[in-house]
Amino acid sequence: MAFVDATRSLGRAGLFTLSVLRASAPTADFFRELTREIYKIGARSLPIIAVGGAFVGLSITLLGYRALETYGASNQVSAMLGLGLYRELGPVLTALLFIGRAGSSIAAELGLMRATDQITALGLMGIDPVGKAVAPRFWAAVLSVPLLTAIFCSLAITASYFESVHVIGLDAGTFWQVLKDAVDFSDDFMMAFVKSAVFGGTAALVASYVGYHAEPTIEGTSLATTKAVVNASLLVLMFNFVMSALLFK
Amino acid sequence: MTEAAPIVRLTGLRLDRGSHTVLRDINLQVPRGGITAVLGPSGSGKSTLLAAITGELEAAAGSVEVLGQPVPQGKRALLQLRQRVGMLLQGNGLLTDLTAAENVALPLRAHTDLPDAVIRTLVLMKLHAVGLRAVADAYPRELSGGMARRVALARALALDPPLMLYDEPLSGLDPIASGVVMSLVRRLNDTLGLTSIVVTHHVHETLPIADHAIVIANGGIVFSGSPHELEASRDPLVQQFLRGEPDGPIAFDAELRGETE
Repeated sequence: MAFVDATRSLGRAGLFTLSVLRASAPTADFFRELTREIYKIGARSLPIIAVGGAFVGLSITLLGYRALETYGASNQVSAMLGLGLYRELGPVLTALLFIGRAGSSIAAELGLMRATDQITALGLMGIDPVGKAVAPRFWAAVLSVPLLTAIFCSLAITASYFESVHVIGLDAGTFWQVLKDAVDFSDDFMMAFVKSAVFGGTAALVASYVGYHAEPTIEGTSLATTKAVVNASLLVLMFNFVMSALLFK
Repeated sequence: MTEAAPIVRLTGLRLDRGSHTVLRDINLQVPRGGITAVLGPSGSGKSTLLAAITGELEAAAGSVEVLGQPVPQGKRALLQLRQRVGMLLQGNGLLTDLTAAENVALPLRAHTDLPDAVIRTLVLMKLHAVGLRAVADAYPRELSGGMARRVALARALALDPPLMLYDEPLSGLDPIASGVVMSLVRRLNDTLGLTSIVVTHHVHETLPIADHAIVIANGGIVFSGSPHELEASRDPLVQQFLRGEPDGPIAFDAELRGETE
């Protein structure tokens, strides 16, 4: 029975995804909504992403320096940081922070729209609620998360540079050269963008799906918010493993 | 289709919510041009009936015709039909992140290619028609219940639909706001040449503006006629409803009545 329910849920989620893609018509109204959503879920997530990135950079640098120093390879700390960031930590941690900050708000907003008849009203006006309320949020996440990942990684590397050079005392030139040699533009840097776009889309779809189908009650909205964060986070971690296994040699 | 053809025709209609039958054997023809009040106690299935007319709820049996055509099952065709049917929801359904004017502009932007300046003019005209031109730039949270209801009414009228549906338009309003809304319903119906269906349990506020009255109770239509005939009816069920008596043929207990809305 549980298997049947799970399969049914998966089918519903798949159909919902198709309806989002079908409803993504590039109209003036769509771009107006898209701009608004990029600001709401993208630009407003900047502070948490920037601060998160800086502290992750500081932590990895400290950890890497202590481990590498044992083998006399402390100048390789930026290589470890760069590869770790672009291949795994940057996209994953950005997506997790994004889910906490924006995914929860997408689920709560759509849940409240359901509870206050806003979604019903859209349908009754002959406006596809998925096209109006979900599609712009989905595409805003697909576009925003890669940019947020770039900012996350930039802040992490900048913080690492200051710690490595000005606190630990590593050579600045070596730091940048080792980083440049270790990180490949297409294999690492661009793949981080691809991963981030997938994670952003996944986060937005999960949050939208649970919010859009929430029970029209306070408890329903609360449950949808929790589900959005938990389910989206787990899916991102699963997709990250699958994509890393497939994309990176 | 002639002008005399009913704007809404329900034939042998049965409506279910899950495994539970809410309404059965509903036969109803709503004539064009007037205001039809659909009355009944809470939980009698009035909103369910509206849901069938708007295509939100599929008929378990029988047929629903709106504006001379069967209510379509396909999403796209249904959305097209709804452009010609205005609906005022009980909870207004105003988008809270948009101003009053942006809410009214919503259907115009979605369904027309009119330039922004023309849309702005039309929006102000619609808001003026409900007496709220001055609050065009206010957000729904800044409006009173009666004002929000009127903004929602202006939005429902944005595309000049020939048919207007009102789901409990007086719910949560004080007597003055109720009077304003009901007089608006009558005035707009007459000046714009609409047909209106008002679903409500506010009998005494609604009957004075209605041309036809229908009472729903115990899973079916128990009265259909003019407001005058309704008030003169000796039917104990109608009498109980009109007088608001707790005891009578209409069971107060939802389980005994076996209905939910």
